[in-house]
Amino acid sequence: MRSDPPTSTLPIFAVSGLTKVYRTGDVEVRALNGVDLALEAGEMAVMLGPSGSGKSTLLNIVGGLDRPTEGSVKFKGMELSGASDRQLTAYRRDHVGFVFQFYNLIPSLTAWENVALITEVAAKPMAPGDALALVGLESRMNHFPAQLSGGEQQRVAIARAIAKRPDVLLCDEPTGALDSATGIIVLEALARVNEETGATTAIITHNAGIRKIAHRVFTFLDGRIASSEINETRVKPSEVTW
Amino acid sequence: MIRLSMLDRKLVRDLARLWAQSLAVALVMACGVMTLILAMGATRALEDTRAAFYDRTRFGDVFATATRAPESLKAEIAAIDGVSAVETRIANPVIIEITGMAEPATGMLISIPDHGEPAVNRLYLRSGRLPEPGRTDEAAIIEAFAEAHGFRPGDSFDVLINGRKRHLSITGITLSPEYVYAIGPGDFVPDQKRFGVIHMHRTVLEGAYDMKGAFNSVSLTLARNADRKDVMARLDTILKPHGGTGAYDRTDHMSDAFLDTELTQLRAMAQVIPPIFLFISAFLVNMILSRLIALEREQIGLLKAVGYSNAAIAWHYSKLTLLISLVGVVIGAIAGTYLGQGMAALYGEFYSFPFLVFSQKPDLYVISMLVTFASALAGAANAITGAVRLPPAVAMRPPAPTGYHSIFSGTSEGFRLPFSQLTIMALRHLVRWPMRTALTTLGTALPVALLITSLFALDSIDHMIDTVWFRADRQDATLTFTAQASEDAIRDVSRLPGVLAAEPFRAEAATLRNGHRSRIVQIVGSDPDTDISRVLDQDFGAIKLPPAGLLLSERLAEHLDLAPGDQVEVELSDGQGRRVPVPLVGLTNSYVGLTANMSREALDRLSGQGVRISGARVIVDESRIGELYDAVKQTPAIASVALQGVSRKRFQEVIEENIGISITIYVSLAVIITFGVIYNSARIQLSERARELASLRVFGFTNAEVSKVLLTELGVMVVLAQPLGWLIGRGFSELVAKGFESDLFRIPLIINPPTYAVSSLVVLGGALVSALIVRRRIDRLDLIRVLKTRD
Ligand SMILES: Nc1ncnc2c1ncn2[C@@H]1O[C@H](COP(=O)(O)OP(=O)(O)O)[C@@H](O)[C@H]1O
Ligand SMILES: [Mg+2]
Repeated sequence: MRSDPPTSTLPIFAVSGLTKVYRTGDVEVRALNGVDLALEAGEMAVMLGPSGSGKSTLLNIVGGLDRPTEGSVKFKGMELSGASDRQLTAYRRDHVGFVFQFYNLIPSLTAWENVALITEVAAKPMAPGDALALVGLESRMNHFPAQLSGGEQQRVAIARAIAKRPDVLLCDEPTGALDSATGIIVLEALARVNEETGATTAIITHNAGIRKIAHRVFTFLDGRIASSEINETRVKPSEVTW
Repeated sequence: MIRLSMLDRKLVRDLARLWAQSLAVALVMACGVMTLILAMGATRALEDTRAAFYDRTRFGDVFATATRAPESLKAEIAAIDGVSAVETRIANPVIIEITGMAEPATGMLISIPDHGEPAVNRLYLRSGRLPEPGRTDEAAIIEAFAEAHGFRPGDSFDVLINGRKRHLSITGITLSPEYVYAIGPGDFVPDQKRFGVIHMHRTVLEGAYDMKGAFNSVSLTLARNADRKDVMARLDTILKPHGGTGAYDRTDHMSDAFLDTELTQLRAMAQVIPPIFLFISAFLVNMILSRLIALEREQIGLLKAVGYSNAAIAWHYSKLTLLISLVGVVIGAIAGTYLGQGMAALYGEFYSFPFLVFSQKPDLYVISMLVTFASALAGAANAITGAVRLPPAVAMRPPAPTGYHSIFSGTSEGFRLPFSQLTIMALRHLVRWPMRTALTTLGTALPVALLITSLFALDSIDHMIDTVWFRADRQDATLTFTAQASEDAIRDVSRLPGVLAAEPFRAEAATLRNGHRSRIVQIVGSDPDTDISRVLDQDFGAIKLPPAGLLLSERLAEHLDLAPGDQVEVELSDGQGRRVPVPLVGLTNSYVGLTANMSREALDRLSGQGVRISGARVIVDESRIGELYDAVKQTPAIASVALQGVSRKRFQEVIEENIGISITIYVSLAVIITFGVIYNSARIQLSERARELASLRVFGFTNAEVSKVLLTELGVMVVLAQPLGWLIGRGFSELVAKGFESDLFRIPLIINPPTYAVSSLVVLGGALVSALIVRRRIDRLDLIRVLKTRD
C-alpha cells in the first residue's frame, strides 16, 4: 500500500488556535484548548486519544455541526467559525460525509433508499447502487436496517456518506459498536473509498491498532493534539489486529 | 414539607416535562366533563322542574277543543274509563291593545272557575291575586307577557273580546303549565311582547261569548294505568257533534312538545358528545403513555431489577394518568358549572317556570370524575400492561429496531413512484402503525364532524326561512275572523288601510281516515291561482291547487299510509258525520305541522254549506302598516292576527343569538380536540424520530426539509380526516335532524358546501397551529447529543 499522502498545494482544512469551552452553570469545560492542524486533500487521518480528550468536539466543529469558542477553521480557504446556520447546513450538504458509531440509518428506508436520500439532494452524486457496491453491499440494497447486521448497517452508512462524493469523510468511532472481524470489513470499506474517491478521511478511534492504516495519526490529550506522526508504512485493514 | 418517594419525584418531574402534552389531553377531557355536566345538569334541571311544576299545577294529559259543547258533557267525559279529572272551559283568541305598541298583540283568553281552583291546569300565582268573583273587568295575565310590558297588578290594558273592546285591570301575574313555552299564532319562537295569556272567570266569558252552559275547550288528567288512545277516541266521539277538532295528548301540546325537543337535544348531547371526548382522550393517554414507557424501558427494567413490584410500577403510571385526568376533571367541572348557569339563565328567558335550578348535585361531579378516570385508565391499560409484562432482563436491553415494509416503492430497479425519500419516510411511518394512524385520523375527523353537526343548523334554518317565509307563506299578516264569513268579507279586508292585496282562505277541522288509521287536522282551502301563500311541492316549487282532491304533507301521508292516487276518507268536524272519499292528488313540503290543502271551491263543495271564508292573508304597504294595526285593533270581526314579517324577524333574531352562542362553544371544542390530537401526535412522532430528524440535519438537510417529513405525515392524516369528517358529520346531522322531527315541525337536512369548507378550515387551522408549535422544536434539535446516544 502507498505510504505517502497524496500531495497537494492547499490543505483541505486549516485549523488554528481552535478552542471550545462548554459552560454548564458554573462549571467550565475546555473541550479543545488551542488546536492547530492541517489536513491535506485525499489523506487518511486517524485520531486517537483517551475519552474526553476532545476528538469528537474537533470533528463536529470541522464538520460544521458546532462552532468554536475561539480560533479559526478554514475549509478550502472558507472560514467556518463565523458561518451562519444556513451556511453550515449547505456546507454539510455539499462537502461533508459523516459516519457515526451508531450508524444513524433511517429505519423506514431500505439500504438503497438511505443512500438515495442523500444523492437526491447532492450536486454530483454517484448512483446509490454504485455507492453500495463500493462497500460490498450490492446484494443487500433492498433490505431495511432492521434486516441488516451491525457491520452491514455501518457499511450502508459509509455508502450514504460517500455517495455524494464529499470532499471530506468524517468518521467518529465507526467501529466502536462492532466486533473486530466486522470492524475490519468496515475499515476496508473506508480505505477503499478513500482510495477510489480521494475524499479526505478522518477516523476517530479508541483502538490504537487502527493507527497503522492511516497516512497520519494525531493523538489527543486534554483538548490538545499531543503528537502527530506520519506512517512510513501503511498496512491494509485486513492486516490490523485488535 | 412532604417527603415524596423517589418514584413520586419521578412522577412530578415527568409531569413537569410533559406538561404541554398533558395539558392538551386534560383539556380534551375537560371538554368531555364540561359537556357531560352541562347536558346532564340541564336535562335534570329541566326534567325535574317540569315534573314538579306539572305535578303541582295538575297539567292535563289530554286536550281537545270544540265549537260549542254543552256543559252536561262534562259528566260524560269524566265517566270515560281512565279519566281522573276534567276541566271544561272557554278559550278564545283575542287581540290585545297596548298603549305605546303599534302592532297588535294577540292572546288566548281562558276561563277559570268562578270559585276554587281548576281541577286541571292550575295557575301558579306569582304576584297579586286571581280575579274576584263577580268582577267583569278583572284578569290575571302570564308572567312573560307582563314582564315584557312592565305590567304589575293594578295596571290595565284593552282587549277586543268578541268584537267588543274591554278595559281589563290586572289583578295577578301567573304561570301556566300550558304556556311554559308560550308561542303565538304564526310564530316559531316566543315573542313575549306580542303574545299574552289572560285568565278570567268563567261566568264573565260565558257572558262575553254567549256561551252560557257551554264550553269549547277541555283538558283532562288520566289515571295511572289509563288507556290513553282509548280515552282520546271516546273523547272524540263525545265532542264530534259539537265541532270537536280531535283530542291530542302532551306530545302534541305545543308548549310541552318544545320542552321535549329541548330535552331530546340535551340528552343527545349528553350521550354523543362526552363519549367523543372521552374516547379521544383515552386514545391520547394511550399514545403518550406508550411513548413514555418506551422511553423509560430501561428505567423500568432497572426498577424491577432492584426489587420494585409490578404493582408498584403499574400504580406509578396509573397515578400519572389519574393526575392528568384530575386536571381535566377540575377544569371541566369549573367550565361546566359556569356554562350551566349561563344555560339556566338562557332557559329562564324562554321557559316560564316558577323556578329553574341548574342541578349541581355532587353525584354529577362524581359521575363525571369516575367516567373520566375510567376512560383514561382504559386508554392507559394497554401501555401499562406492557410495562408490567416486560421482564427486567429484556427491559434493560434496547428494543429491537423497528421493521418496515417496502411499500411506496423506492427500489433501485423497475417502477418507481415519484416520491422523494423524505416523503417515503413519512408515508412508511404512517403505515407502520396503522392503528395509530387510523385513530389519529379519526380523532381529527371528529372535530370536523362536530362542527358540521353544529353548523348545519344554520343552513337548515336559512333554508327553512327561505321556504316558509319567502316561498310558501309570503303574506305580511294573516287575519282570522271571529266566525266564518261570506266571500264579501274579503272586500272589507281589501279596504283596510295599507292592504295592497288580500287572499281569502277557509280552514276546516276534519278527520282523515285510511282504514284503521286516522288523524284530525285542519284542511286549508285557498284559491287555485293563489300567489301570496303558496303550497309547495317536494322540490319547493309552487303547486297550482287542483280543482278537486286533497294535498297532504309528506309526514301526514306517511302517518295515514297514503300515496298519491289513493282515496282519503274525509269527515269534517261540523257535526254532520258525513264521510266523503276524496282522492289524494299530491304530496307537499311542509316544515311546520301536519298540513292538508285543497282548493277553496273543492272545500266549499265538500262542506255543502256554500262559500264561507275563515280569514285572509294580506300584503301590506310597509309605510302604512301602523294604520292597519290600528284598524285591526278596532275591527270586531277579526279574532286574531299573525304577523309573518314580525315573526320572521323575531325568529332570525333568536336563532342568531342562540346559534351564535352554540357555534362559539362548538368551535372552541373542535379546536381543543384538534389541538389535543395533532399536538400530541406531532410531539410523539418528534420524540420517536428525533434521532432520525437530527441525522437528516447533520447530513445537510435544512430545517424546512426536515420539518417536511413530520408535517407530511401529519398532513396526510389531517387531509384524510376531512372527507371522513364530512361523512361522519353528515351522519350525525342526519341523526340530529331525525331526532328533532315531530308532528309540530321538522328540520330539513341541508348542508351547504361552505359548511363543509368552514368546518375543515377551522380544523386545518387548528392543526396548522399545533404543527407549527412542534416545528419550532425541530429547529431546536440538539444535533450532537442525538448522535452520541443509541436508539
Ligand atoms: N455539550 C457538552 N456540554 C458540556 N461538556 C461537553 C459537551 N460535549 C462535550 N463536552 C465535554 O468536552 C470534553 C470533550 O468531549 P469529546 O470531544 O466528546 O471527547 P472525546 O470524543 O475525545 O471522547 C469532555 O470533557 C466532555 O465532557
Ligand atoms: Mg467522542
